Amino acid sequence: MSAVSMTATQIRYVNKSFWRNPASAFFTFAFPLMFLVIFTSLLGHYNVQIGTRTVNSATYYVASMATFAVITACYNNIAIQITFQRDAGVLKRTNGTPLPSSSFLGARMVHALLISVLLVAITAAFGKAFYSASIPTGLTLVRFLIVLVVGAASFCALGLAVTAAIPNAEASAAIVNATILPLLFLSGVFIPFGNSTPSWILWIARVFPVKHFFDGMKAGFLGTPFNWTDTLVVAIWGLAGLLLAIRFFSWEPRTG
Amino acid sequence: MTTLPGGTAAGETTGGVQPAVHVRGLVKSYGGLTAVNGIDLDIHRGEIFALLGPNGAGKTTTVEILEGYRSRDSGEVTVLGWDPARQRAQLKSQIGIVLQSTGVERYLTVAETVRMYAGYYPHPRPVDEVIGLVGLDAKSNSRVNKLSGGQQRRLDVAIALAGDPDLLFLDEPTTGFDPSARRESWDVIKNLATLGKTVLLTTHYMEEAQYLADRVAVISAGQIVAEGDPATLANRELARARVRYRLPAGTAPPPGLAGPAEADGFTEFAPDDVTLALHQLTGWALEQRVSLDGLEVTRPSLEDVYLSLTSDPPGGQAGREEGSTA
Repeated sequence: MSAVSMTATQIRYVNKSFWRNPASAFFTFAFPLMFLVIFTSLLGHYNVQIGTRTVNSATYYVASMATFAVITACYNNIAIQITFQRDAGVLKRTNGTPLPSSSFLGARMVHALLISVLLVAITAAFGKAFYSASIPTGLTLVRFLIVLVVGAASFCALGLAVTAAIPNAEASAAIVNATILPLLFLSGVFIPFGNSTPSWILWIARVFPVKHFFDGMKAGFLGTPFNWTDTLVVAIWGLAGLLLAIRFFSWEPRTG
Repeated sequence: MTTLPGGTAAGETTGGVQPAVHVRGLVKSYGGLTAVNGIDLDIHRGEIFALLGPNGAGKTTTVEILEGYRSRDSGEVTVLGWDPARQRAQLKSQIGIVLQSTGVERYLTVAETVRMYAGYYPHPRPVDEVIGLVGLDAKSNSRVNKLSGGQQRRLDVAIALAGDPDLLFLDEPTTGFDPSARRESWDVIKNLATLGKTVLLTTHYMEEAQYLADRVAVISAGQIVAEGDPATLANRELARARVRYRLPAGTAPPPGLAGPAEADGFTEFAPDDVTLALHQLTGWALEQRVSLDGLEVTRPSLEDVYLSLTSDPPGGQAGREEGSTA
Protein backbone atom coordinates (compact mmCIF):
# COMPACT_ATOMS: atom_id res chain seq x y z
CA MET A 1 0.00 0.00 0.00
CA SER A 2 1.27 3.46 -0.79
CA ALA A 3 1.86 6.05 1.92
CA VAL A 4 -1.06 8.08 0.61
CA SER A 5 -3.59 5.27 0.80
CA MET A 6 -2.20 4.25 4.18
CA THR A 7 -2.75 7.81 5.40
CA ALA A 8 -6.28 7.81 3.99
CA THR A 9 -7.03 4.54 5.80
CA GLN A 10 -5.59 5.99 9.01
CA ILE A 11 -7.86 9.03 8.69
CA ARG A 12 -10.87 6.71 8.48
CA TYR A 13 -9.88 4.92 11.69
CA VAL A 14 -9.12 8.20 13.47
CA ASN A 15 -12.51 9.50 12.39
CA LYS A 16 -14.26 6.34 13.62
CA SER A 17 -12.55 6.65 16.99
CA PHE A 18 -13.43 10.34 17.19
CA TRP A 19 -17.18 9.88 16.74
CA ARG A 20 -17.30 6.84 19.01
CA ASN A 21 -16.30 9.00 21.94
CA PRO A 22 -19.51 11.08 21.91
CA ALA A 23 -18.71 13.12 25.02
CA SER A 24 -15.44 14.32 23.53
CA ALA A 25 -16.96 14.95 20.10
CA PHE A 26 -19.94 16.82 21.56
CA PHE A 27 -17.83 19.23 23.58
CA THR A 28 -15.42 19.84 20.73
CA PHE A 29 -18.41 21.19 18.82
CA ALA A 30 -20.37 22.72 21.71
CA PHE A 31 -17.46 24.65 23.20
CA PRO A 32 -17.09 27.45 20.65
CA LEU A 33 -20.85 27.87 20.32
CA MET A 34 -21.22 28.01 24.08
CA PHE A 35 -18.54 30.71 24.26
CA LEU A 36 -20.17 32.60 21.41
CA VAL A 37 -23.46 32.69 23.32
CA ILE A 38 -21.77 33.61 26.61
CA PHE A 39 -19.63 36.41 25.19
CA THR A 40 -22.40 38.03 23.18
CA SER A 41 -24.88 37.71 26.07
CA LEU A 42 -22.42 38.97 28.64
CA LEU A 43 -21.10 41.90 26.68
CA GLY A 44 -24.32 42.70 24.83
CA HIS A 45 -24.59 44.01 21.32
CA TYR A 46 -22.30 46.92 20.82
CA ASN A 47 -20.05 48.19 18.11
CA VAL A 48 -16.42 47.31 17.85
CA GLN A 49 -14.04 49.74 16.24
CA ILE A 50 -11.54 47.99 13.98
CA GLY A 51 -9.32 50.50 12.24
CA THR A 52 -11.73 52.72 10.37
CA ARG A 53 -14.53 50.20 10.36
CA THR A 54 -17.24 49.67 12.92
CA VAL A 55 -18.65 46.16 13.23
CA ASN A 56 -21.25 44.52 15.38
CA SER A 57 -19.85 42.65 18.38
CA ALA A 58 -21.75 39.47 17.39
CA THR A 59 -19.95 39.32 14.07
CA TYR A 60 -16.69 40.01 15.87
CA TYR A 61 -17.31 37.06 18.18
CA VAL A 62 -18.22 34.76 15.33
CA ALA A 63 -14.73 35.42 13.96
CA SER A 64 -13.32 35.06 17.49
CA MET A 65 -14.96 31.74 18.16
CA ALA A 66 -14.14 30.36 14.72
CA THR A 67 -10.49 31.18 15.49
CA PHE A 68 -10.80 29.69 18.95
CA ALA A 69 -12.46 26.54 17.53
CA VAL A 70 -9.65 25.95 15.02
CA ILE A 71 -6.95 26.43 17.65
CA THR A 72 -8.74 24.10 20.08
CA ALA A 73 -9.35 21.40 17.47
CA CYS A 74 -5.77 21.55 16.21
CA TYR A 75 -3.29 22.77 18.79
CA ASN A 76 -5.08 21.58 21.96
CA ASN A 77 -6.52 18.34 20.67
CA ILE A 78 -3.41 17.19 18.79
CA ALA A 79 -1.14 17.94 21.74
CA ILE A 80 -3.37 16.26 24.32
CA GLN A 81 -4.38 13.29 22.16
CA ILE A 82 -0.83 12.52 21.04
CA THR A 83 0.54 12.80 24.59
CA PHE A 84 -2.10 10.38 25.83
CA GLN A 85 -1.34 7.96 23.02
CA ARG A 86 2.36 8.31 23.71
CA ASP A 87 1.89 7.51 27.40
CA ALA A 88 -0.49 4.63 26.68
CA GLY A 89 2.11 3.03 24.40
CA VAL A 90 0.11 3.45 21.17
CA LEU A 91 2.92 5.48 19.59
CA LYS A 92 5.61 3.00 20.57
CA ARG A 93 3.55 0.10 19.25
CA THR A 94 2.91 1.92 15.97
CA ASN A 95 6.57 2.80 15.72
CA GLY A 96 7.34 -0.93 15.73
CA THR A 97 5.19 -1.53 12.63
CA PRO A 98 5.93 -0.63 9.00
CA LEU A 99 3.38 2.22 9.03
CA PRO A 100 5.32 5.39 8.09
CA SER A 101 5.35 7.93 10.94
CA SER A 102 4.24 10.58 8.47
CA SER A 103 1.07 8.54 7.77
CA PHE A 104 0.28 8.12 11.45
CA LEU A 105 0.84 11.76 12.42
CA GLY A 106 -0.33 13.18 9.10
CA ALA A 107 -3.66 11.37 9.40
CA ARG A 108 -4.27 12.89 12.82
CA MET A 109 -3.37 16.35 11.55
CA VAL A 110 -5.56 16.09 8.47
CA HIS A 111 -8.44 14.84 10.60
CA ALA A 112 -8.05 17.78 12.99
CA LEU A 113 -8.03 20.07 9.96
CA LEU A 114 -11.26 18.56 8.62
CA ILE A 115 -12.88 18.90 12.04
CA SER A 116 -11.74 22.55 12.08
CA VAL A 117 -13.41 23.27 8.77
CA LEU A 118 -16.61 21.68 10.07
CA LEU A 119 -16.38 23.67 13.31
CA VAL A 120 -15.90 26.96 11.47
CA ALA A 121 -18.82 26.17 9.19
CA ILE A 122 -21.06 25.40 12.16
CA THR A 123 -19.93 28.51 14.05
CA ALA A 124 -20.51 30.67 10.99
CA ALA A 125 -23.96 29.13 10.37
CA PHE A 126 -24.88 29.59 14.01
CA GLY A 127 -23.69 33.19 13.94
CA LYS A 128 -25.63 33.87 10.76
CA ALA A 129 -28.82 32.26 12.09
CA PHE A 130 -28.87 33.80 15.56
CA TYR A 131 -26.80 36.96 15.32
CA SER A 132 -27.14 37.84 11.61
CA ALA A 133 -23.38 37.77 11.36
CA SER A 134 -22.02 38.19 7.86
CA ILE A 135 -20.16 35.25 6.35
CA PRO A 136 -17.52 35.24 3.63
CA THR A 137 -18.58 34.62 0.01
CA GLY A 138 -16.97 34.59 -3.43
CA LEU A 139 -13.29 35.47 -3.61
CA THR A 140 -13.23 36.34 0.08
CA LEU A 141 -14.36 32.78 0.78
CA VAL A 142 -11.49 31.30 -1.23
CA ARG A 143 -8.99 33.49 0.58
CA PHE A 144 -10.67 32.69 3.86
CA LEU A 145 -10.37 28.94 3.22
CA ILE A 146 -6.65 29.28 2.46
CA VAL A 147 -6.16 31.15 5.75
CA LEU A 148 -8.17 28.48 7.53
CA VAL A 149 -6.21 25.54 6.10
CA VAL A 150 -2.80 27.17 6.64
CA GLY A 151 -3.82 28.14 10.17
CA ALA A 152 -5.20 24.71 11.04
CA ALA A 153 -2.12 22.92 9.66
CA SER A 154 0.22 25.31 11.48
CA PHE A 155 -1.55 24.93 14.83
CA CYS A 156 -1.50 21.13 14.36
CA ALA A 157 2.27 21.28 13.82
CA LEU A 158 2.66 23.46 16.92
CA GLY A 159 0.52 21.01 18.90
CA LEU A 160 2.81 18.22 17.76
CA ALA A 161 5.89 20.23 18.74
CA VAL A 162 4.60 21.06 22.21
CA THR A 163 4.26 17.34 23.06
CA ALA A 164 8.06 17.31 23.39
CA ALA A 165 7.71 19.70 26.32
CA ILE A 166 4.91 17.73 28.00
CA PRO A 167 6.35 15.21 30.49
CA ASN A 168 3.19 13.10 30.91
CA ALA A 169 -0.44 12.90 29.85
CA GLU A 170 -1.74 14.20 33.19
CA ALA A 171 0.20 17.43 32.62
CA SER A 172 -0.92 17.83 29.00
CA ALA A 173 -4.13 19.83 29.50
CA ALA A 174 -2.44 22.17 31.99
CA ILE A 175 0.53 22.86 29.72
CA VAL A 176 -1.60 23.27 26.62
CA ASN A 177 -3.91 25.73 28.35
CA ALA A 178 -1.04 27.63 29.94
CA THR A 179 0.53 28.15 26.53
CA ILE A 180 -2.59 29.03 24.54
CA LEU A 181 -5.09 30.77 26.85
CA PRO A 182 -2.89 33.81 27.64
CA LEU A 183 -2.13 34.17 23.94
CA LEU A 184 -5.81 34.13 23.04
CA PHE A 185 -6.37 37.05 25.44
CA LEU A 186 -3.17 38.84 24.41
CA SER A 187 -4.24 38.56 20.76
CA GLY A 188 -7.61 40.19 21.29
CA VAL A 189 -9.56 37.04 20.48
CA PHE A 190 -11.76 37.13 23.58
CA ILE A 191 -11.72 40.85 24.30
CA PRO A 192 -11.23 43.27 21.38
CA PHE A 193 -8.21 45.57 21.53
CA GLY A 194 -9.13 49.17 22.22
CA ASN A 195 -7.22 52.40 21.80
CA SER A 196 -5.66 52.08 25.24
CA THR A 197 -4.23 48.56 24.78
CA PRO A 198 -0.68 48.64 26.21
CA SER A 199 2.07 48.41 23.64
CA TRP A 200 3.67 45.32 25.22
CA ILE A 201 0.47 43.41 24.51
CA LEU A 202 0.49 44.64 20.92
CA TRP A 203 4.08 43.48 20.62
CA ILE A 204 3.33 40.00 21.91
CA ALA A 205 0.37 39.83 19.56
CA ARG A 206 2.66 40.78 16.67
CA VAL A 207 5.23 38.09 17.47
CA PHE A 208 3.01 35.07 18.08
CA PRO A 209 0.80 33.44 15.45
CA VAL A 210 -2.63 33.74 17.12
CA LYS A 211 -3.29 37.40 16.29
CA HIS A 212 -2.11 36.94 12.71
CA PHE A 213 -4.41 33.97 12.23
CA PHE A 214 -7.26 35.88 13.90
CA ASP A 215 -6.70 38.84 11.58
CA GLY A 216 -6.96 36.48 8.61
CA MET A 217 -10.21 35.06 9.94
CA LYS A 218 -11.58 38.53 10.71
CA ALA A 219 -10.90 39.62 7.15
CA GLY A 220 -13.24 36.83 6.04
CA PHE A 221 -16.05 37.60 8.46
CA LEU A 222 -15.73 41.35 8.98
CA GLY A 223 -14.37 42.50 5.67
CA THR A 224 -11.38 44.10 7.38
CA PRO A 225 -8.24 44.55 5.24
CA PHE A 226 -6.67 41.25 4.28
CA ASN A 227 -2.93 40.86 4.48
CA TRP A 228 -0.96 37.90 3.13
CA THR A 229 1.80 38.73 5.62
CA ASP A 230 -0.47 37.45 8.38
CA THR A 231 -0.82 34.08 6.66
CA LEU A 232 2.92 33.99 6.05
CA VAL A 233 3.70 34.57 9.74
CA VAL A 234 1.30 31.77 10.70
CA ALA A 235 2.90 29.47 8.13
CA ILE A 236 6.41 30.25 9.41
CA TRP A 237 5.31 29.38 12.94
CA GLY A 238 3.79 26.17 11.62
CA LEU A 239 6.97 25.28 9.78
CA ALA A 240 9.06 25.99 12.87
CA GLY A 241 6.70 23.75 14.85
CA LEU A 242 7.08 20.99 12.31
CA LEU A 243 10.89 21.21 12.40
CA LEU A 244 10.90 21.18 16.21
CA ALA A 245 8.55 18.19 16.17
CA ILE A 246 10.78 16.31 13.73
CA ARG A 247 13.79 17.01 15.94
CA PHE A 248 12.34 16.44 19.42
CA PHE A 249 9.24 14.28 18.99
CA SER A 250 9.22 11.18 21.18
CA TRP A 251 7.44 7.92 20.32
CA GLU A 252 7.99 6.56 23.79
CA PRO A 253 6.53 7.53 27.16
CA ARG A 254 8.78 9.75 29.22
CA THR A 255 10.16 8.05 32.29
CA GLY A 256 11.23 9.82 35.46
CA MET B 1 9.46 -8.53 -2.88
CA THR B 2 11.97 -7.35 -0.33
CA THR B 3 15.64 -7.19 -1.16
CA LEU B 4 17.75 -9.88 0.40
CA PRO B 5 20.57 -8.76 2.68
CA GLY B 6 24.02 -10.25 2.37
CA GLY B 7 22.90 -12.86 -0.14
CA THR B 8 20.86 -14.75 2.45
CA ALA B 9 17.15 -15.39 2.32
CA ALA B 10 15.62 -13.04 4.85
CA GLY B 11 12.31 -14.84 4.87
CA GLU B 12 13.74 -18.33 5.31
CA THR B 13 11.87 -20.14 8.04
CA THR B 14 13.50 -23.56 8.05
CA GLY B 15 16.23 -24.16 10.57
CA GLY B 16 18.97 -23.37 7.99
CA VAL B 17 22.40 -21.94 8.58
CA GLN B 18 21.35 -18.50 9.59
CA PRO B 19 19.80 -18.11 13.04
CA ALA B 20 16.79 -15.82 13.49
CA VAL B 21 18.72 -13.72 15.98
CA HIS B 22 22.49 -13.45 16.09
CA VAL B 23 24.22 -11.28 18.68
CA ARG B 24 27.91 -10.96 19.49
CA GLY B 25 29.49 -8.67 22.07
CA LEU B 26 26.48 -6.40 22.50
CA VAL B 27 27.16 -3.38 24.73
CA LYS B 28 24.85 -0.53 25.70
CA SER B 29 25.37 2.16 28.35
CA TYR B 30 23.13 4.94 29.60
CA GLY B 31 25.28 7.73 30.92
CA GLY B 32 27.84 5.99 33.11
CA LEU B 33 25.73 2.89 33.67
CA THR B 34 26.33 -0.20 31.60
CA ALA B 35 22.94 -1.80 30.99
CA VAL B 36 24.18 -4.50 28.62
CA ASN B 37 27.74 -5.63 28.96
CA GLY B 38 28.90 -8.00 26.23
CA ILE B 39 26.00 -10.30 25.37
CA ASP B 40 26.25 -13.17 22.89
CA LEU B 41 23.04 -14.78 21.73
CA ASP B 42 21.83 -17.13 19.02
CA ILE B 43 18.14 -17.87 18.57
CA HIS B 44 17.30 -20.51 16.01
CA ARG B 45 14.39 -20.36 13.62
CA GLY B 46 11.20 -21.95 14.90
CA GLU B 47 12.34 -21.95 18.51
CA ILE B 48 10.73 -20.41 21.57
CA PHE B 49 13.52 -18.69 23.45
CA ALA B 50 13.06 -17.14 26.89
CA LEU B 51 15.20 -14.40 28.32
CA LEU B 52 15.03 -14.47 32.11
CA GLY B 53 16.32 -11.92 34.54
CA PRO B 54 15.40 -9.55 37.34
CA ASN B 55 14.20 -6.01 36.62
CA GLY B 56 17.14 -3.85 35.64
CA ALA B 57 19.28 -6.77 34.46
CA GLY B 58 19.31 -5.57 30.86
CA LYS B 59 16.50 -7.72 29.45
CA THR B 60 14.36 -4.95 28.05
CA THR B 61 17.36 -3.04 26.74
CA THR B 62 18.59 -6.11 24.88
CA VAL B 63 15.18 -6.88 23.39
CA GLU B 64 14.58 -3.26 22.39
CA ILE B 65 17.92 -3.19 20.58
CA LEU B 66 16.84 -6.28 18.64
CA GLU B 67 13.47 -4.68 17.87
CA GLY B 68 15.17 -1.54 16.59
CA TYR B 69 13.80 0.80 19.28
CA ARG B 70 17.25 1.48 20.71
CA SER B 71 20.70 1.93 19.27
CA ARG B 72 23.65 -0.08 20.52
CA ASP B 73 27.05 1.20 21.56
CA SER B 74 28.96 -1.71 20.09
CA GLY B 75 28.61 -5.33 19.06
CA GLU B 76 27.24 -7.26 16.13
CA VAL B 77 23.48 -7.77 15.78
CA THR B 78 21.45 -9.37 13.01
CA VAL B 79 17.73 -10.13 13.26
CA LEU B 80 16.31 -12.21 10.38
CA GLY B 81 19.42 -11.20 8.47
CA TRP B 82 18.90 -7.46 8.98
CA ASP B 83 20.78 -5.01 11.14
CA PRO B 84 18.03 -3.49 13.33
CA ALA B 85 19.93 -0.20 13.64
CA ARG B 86 20.46 0.37 9.91
CA GLN B 87 17.77 -1.73 8.21
CA ARG B 88 14.89 -1.16 10.58
CA ALA B 89 12.37 -0.49 7.83
CA GLN B 90 12.95 -3.90 6.22
CA LEU B 91 12.96 -5.61 9.61
CA LYS B 92 9.69 -4.05 10.74
CA SER B 93 7.60 -5.86 8.15
CA GLN B 94 8.89 -9.26 9.32
CA ILE B 95 8.59 -8.97 13.08
CA GLY B 96 5.71 -8.67 15.53
CA ILE B 97 6.12 -6.99 18.89
CA VAL B 98 4.12 -7.36 22.07
CA LEU B 99 5.25 -4.62 24.44
CA GLN B 100 4.73 -4.53 28.18
CA SER B 101 2.26 -1.66 28.03
CA THR B 102 -0.94 -2.26 26.11
CA GLY B 103 -2.03 0.90 24.33
CA VAL B 104 -4.55 0.68 21.49
CA GLU B 105 -7.27 2.92 20.09
CA ARG B 106 -9.94 2.31 22.71
CA TYR B 107 -12.99 2.99 20.58
CA LEU B 108 -12.30 0.56 17.73
CA THR B 109 -13.53 -3.03 17.81
CA VAL B 110 -11.25 -6.05 18.03
CA ALA B 111 -11.72 -6.84 14.33
CA GLU B 112 -11.19 -3.22 13.26
CA THR B 113 -8.02 -2.98 15.34
CA VAL B 114 -6.52 -6.16 13.90
CA ARG B 115 -7.55 -5.11 10.37
CA MET B 116 -5.97 -1.68 10.85
CA TYR B 117 -2.65 -3.16 11.95
CA ALA B 118 -2.77 -5.87 9.27
CA GLY B 119 -3.02 -3.06 6.72
CA TYR B 120 0.46 -1.84 7.65
CA TYR B 121 2.14 -5.03 6.42
CA PRO B 122 2.93 -6.27 2.92
CA HIS B 123 1.65 -9.83 3.45
CA PRO B 124 -0.82 -9.87 6.32
CA ARG B 125 -2.47 -12.96 7.76
CA PRO B 126 -6.29 -13.04 7.36
CA VAL B 127 -7.91 -11.04 10.15
CA ASP B 128 -10.44 -13.73 11.20
CA GLU B 129 -7.70 -16.32 11.38
CA VAL B 130 -5.55 -14.14 13.64
CA ILE B 131 -8.50 -13.43 15.94
CA GLY B 132 -9.21 -17.17 16.06
CA LEU B 133 -5.60 -17.97 16.92
CA VAL B 134 -5.78 -15.91 20.09
CA GLY B 135 -9.29 -17.11 20.93
CA LEU B 136 -11.08 -13.78 20.64
CA ASP B 137 -13.69 -14.89 18.02
CA ALA B 138 -16.56 -14.18 20.39
CA LYS B 139 -15.22 -10.68 21.06
CA SER B 140 -14.57 -9.80 17.44
CA ASN B 141 -17.12 -6.99 17.35
CA SER B 142 -16.54 -5.72 20.88
CA ARG B 143 -14.94 -2.37 21.47
CA VAL B 144 -11.42 -2.63 22.81
CA ASN B 145 -12.31 -0.64 25.95
CA LYS B 146 -14.83 -3.37 26.88
CA LEU B 147 -12.21 -6.15 27.02
CA SER B 148 -10.80 -7.64 30.21
CA GLY B 149 -7.10 -7.37 30.95
CA GLY B 150 -6.42 -10.90 29.73
CA GLN B 151 -8.42 -10.32 26.54
CA GLN B 152 -6.53 -7.09 25.85
CA ARG B 153 -3.26 -8.96 26.20
CA ARG B 154 -4.49 -11.54 23.70
CA LEU B 155 -5.43 -8.68 21.40
CA ASP B 156 -1.83 -7.49 21.76
CA VAL B 157 -0.67 -10.89 20.52
CA ALA B 158 -3.23 -10.74 17.69
CA ILE B 159 -1.91 -7.31 16.61
CA ALA B 160 1.64 -8.64 16.67
CA LEU B 161 0.54 -11.59 14.51
CA ALA B 162 -1.46 -9.49 12.05
CA GLY B 163 1.46 -8.97 9.68
CA ASP B 164 2.29 -12.69 9.67
CA PRO B 165 5.78 -12.11 11.14
CA ASP B 166 8.60 -14.63 11.12
CA LEU B 167 9.78 -13.53 14.53
CA LEU B 168 7.65 -12.53 17.47
CA PHE B 169 8.85 -10.56 20.51
CA LEU B 170 6.81 -11.06 23.66
CA ASP B 171 7.82 -8.81 26.54
CA GLU B 172 6.36 -10.24 29.76
CA PRO B 173 3.18 -11.34 28.02
CA THR B 174 1.36 -12.62 31.14
CA THR B 175 2.44 -10.22 33.88
CA GLY B 176 -0.57 -9.43 36.05
CA PHE B 177 -2.65 -12.38 34.83
CA ASP B 178 -4.65 -14.70 37.03
CA PRO B 179 -3.56 -18.36 36.74
CA SER B 180 -6.29 -19.41 34.30
CA ALA B 181 -5.73 -16.44 31.99
CA ARG B 182 -2.03 -17.26 32.07
CA ARG B 183 -2.76 -20.87 31.06
CA GLU B 184 -4.84 -19.67 28.11
CA SER B 185 -2.10 -17.35 26.93
CA TRP B 186 0.46 -20.11 27.19
CA ASP B 187 -1.64 -22.24 24.89
CA VAL B 188 -1.79 -19.38 22.39
CA ILE B 189 2.00 -18.98 22.48
CA LYS B 190 2.59 -22.74 22.18
CA ASN B 191 0.38 -22.64 19.09
CA LEU B 192 2.65 -20.09 17.47
CA ALA B 193 5.52 -22.54 17.43
CA THR B 194 3.37 -24.90 15.36
CA LEU B 195 3.04 -22.09 12.80
CA GLY B 196 6.82 -22.11 12.45
CA LYS B 197 7.27 -18.77 14.19
CA THR B 198 10.35 -17.93 16.17
CA VAL B 199 9.44 -16.46 19.54
CA LEU B 200 11.63 -14.39 21.86
CA LEU B 201 9.97 -14.16 25.23
CA THR B 202 11.02 -12.23 28.32
CA THR B 203 9.51 -13.20 31.62
CA HIS B 204 10.17 -13.43 35.31
CA TYR B 205 7.84 -16.37 35.80
CA MET B 206 9.88 -19.55 35.95
CA GLU B 207 6.90 -21.84 35.27
CA GLU B 208 6.27 -19.81 32.14
CA ALA B 209 9.81 -20.31 30.86
CA GLN B 210 9.73 -23.96 31.82
CA TYR B 211 6.40 -24.60 30.09
CA LEU B 212 6.98 -22.58 26.93
CA ALA B 213 10.64 -22.29 26.12
CA ASP B 214 12.84 -24.62 24.12
CA ARG B 215 15.83 -22.72 25.44
CA VAL B 216 16.35 -20.09 28.10
CA ALA B 217 19.09 -17.62 28.92
CA VAL B 218 19.47 -15.97 32.30
CA ILE B 219 20.67 -12.38 32.21
CA SER B 220 22.08 -10.65 35.25
CA ALA B 221 23.78 -7.25 35.50
CA GLY B 222 23.97 -6.97 31.73
CA GLN B 223 25.53 -10.36 31.12
CA ILE B 224 24.26 -13.81 30.24
CA VAL B 225 25.12 -16.01 33.20
CA ALA B 226 23.55 -19.27 31.97
CA GLU B 227 21.96 -20.57 28.81
CA GLY B 228 20.36 -23.83 27.79
CA ASP B 229 17.40 -26.19 27.96
CA PRO B 230 15.18 -25.18 30.90
CA ALA B 231 15.27 -28.79 32.15
CA THR B 232 19.05 -28.87 32.34
CA LEU B 233 19.94 -25.22 32.93
CA ALA B 234 23.18 -24.85 34.92
CA ASN B 235 23.33 -28.68 35.16
CA ARG B 236 20.44 -28.70 37.54
CA GLU B 237 19.48 -32.25 36.48
CA LEU B 238 22.90 -33.34 37.75
CA ALA B 239 22.63 -31.52 41.04
CA ARG B 240 22.35 -33.69 44.11
CA ALA B 241 18.86 -34.75 45.02
CA ARG B 242 17.64 -34.03 48.51
CA VAL B 243 15.48 -36.42 50.53
CA ARG B 244 13.03 -34.88 52.97
CA TYR B 245 10.61 -36.47 55.46
CA ARG B 246 9.16 -36.24 58.95
CA LEU B 247 9.08 -38.84 61.72
CA PRO B 248 6.46 -39.15 64.48
CA ALA B 249 7.44 -37.23 67.62
CA GLY B 250 9.93 -39.07 69.83
CA THR B 251 11.24 -41.35 67.09
CA ALA B 252 15.00 -41.11 66.47
CA PRO B 253 15.97 -41.11 62.81
CA PRO B 254 18.23 -43.86 61.42
CA PRO B 255 21.93 -42.87 61.58
CA GLY B 256 23.38 -41.49 58.33
CA LEU B 257 19.92 -41.08 56.77
CA ALA B 258 18.90 -37.72 58.20
CA GLY B 259 19.98 -34.14 58.55
CA PRO B 260 19.42 -31.78 61.47
CA ALA B 261 15.81 -31.70 62.69
CA GLU B 262 13.89 -28.60 61.56
CA ALA B 263 11.37 -26.71 63.68
CA ASP B 264 8.39 -28.34 61.94
CA GLY B 265 9.82 -31.83 62.57
CA PHE B 266 11.08 -32.33 59.03
CA THR B 267 14.60 -33.43 58.28
CA GLU B 268 16.46 -33.22 55.00
CA PHE B 269 19.69 -34.73 53.68
CA ALA B 270 21.57 -35.06 50.39
CA PRO B 271 22.73 -38.66 49.87
CA ASP B 272 25.48 -39.68 47.45
CA ASP B 273 23.23 -42.38 46.02
CA VAL B 274 19.53 -41.58 46.16
CA THR B 275 18.35 -45.06 45.17
CA LEU B 276 20.37 -46.74 47.88
CA ALA B 277 19.45 -44.14 50.51
CA LEU B 278 15.72 -44.44 49.72
CA HIS B 279 15.93 -48.24 49.87
CA GLN B 280 17.63 -48.11 53.25
CA LEU B 281 15.29 -45.45 54.61
CA THR B 282 12.05 -47.11 53.55
CA GLY B 283 13.36 -50.54 54.64
CA TRP B 284 14.13 -49.10 58.06
CA ALA B 285 10.69 -47.48 58.29
CA LEU B 286 8.89 -50.74 57.44
CA GLU B 287 11.01 -52.64 59.95
CA GLN B 288 10.36 -50.08 62.70
CA ARG B 289 6.71 -49.70 61.68
CA VAL B 290 6.98 -45.90 61.56
CA SER B 291 5.53 -43.67 58.85
CA LEU B 292 7.66 -41.26 56.80
CA ASP B 293 5.25 -38.32 56.54
CA GLY B 294 5.64 -36.06 53.55
CA LEU B 295 8.49 -38.07 52.06
CA GLU B 296 9.85 -36.38 48.91
CA VAL B 297 12.90 -36.33 46.70
CA THR B 298 13.70 -32.93 45.19
CA ARG B 299 16.21 -31.45 42.83
CA PRO B 300 16.85 -27.72 42.34
CA SER B 301 13.95 -26.17 40.45
CA LEU B 302 14.48 -23.73 37.61
CA GLU B 303 13.59 -21.06 40.13
CA ASP B 304 16.30 -22.24 42.57
CA VAL B 305 18.86 -22.15 39.78
CA TYR B 306 17.63 -18.75 38.66
CA LEU B 307 17.78 -17.31 42.16
CA SER B 308 21.29 -18.58 42.77
CA LEU B 309 22.41 -17.21 39.39
CA THR B 310 20.89 -13.77 39.87
CA SER B 311 21.26 -13.19 43.61
CA ASP B 312 24.87 -12.05 43.37
CA PRO B 313 25.41 -9.94 40.27
CA PRO B 314 29.00 -10.11 38.99
CA GLY B 315 31.05 -6.91 38.93
CA GLY B 316 28.99 -5.33 41.71
CA GLN B 317 27.53 -2.72 39.35
CA ALA B 318 23.86 -3.29 38.79
CA GLY B 319 22.66 -2.51 35.29
CA ARG B 320 19.81 -0.18 34.69
CA GLU B 321 17.01 -0.58 32.25
CA GLU B 322 15.89 2.72 30.87
CA GLY B 323 12.26 2.80 29.92
CA SER B 324 11.46 -0.36 31.83
CA THR B 325 8.03 0.03 33.29
CA ALA B 326 8.17 -2.89 35.65
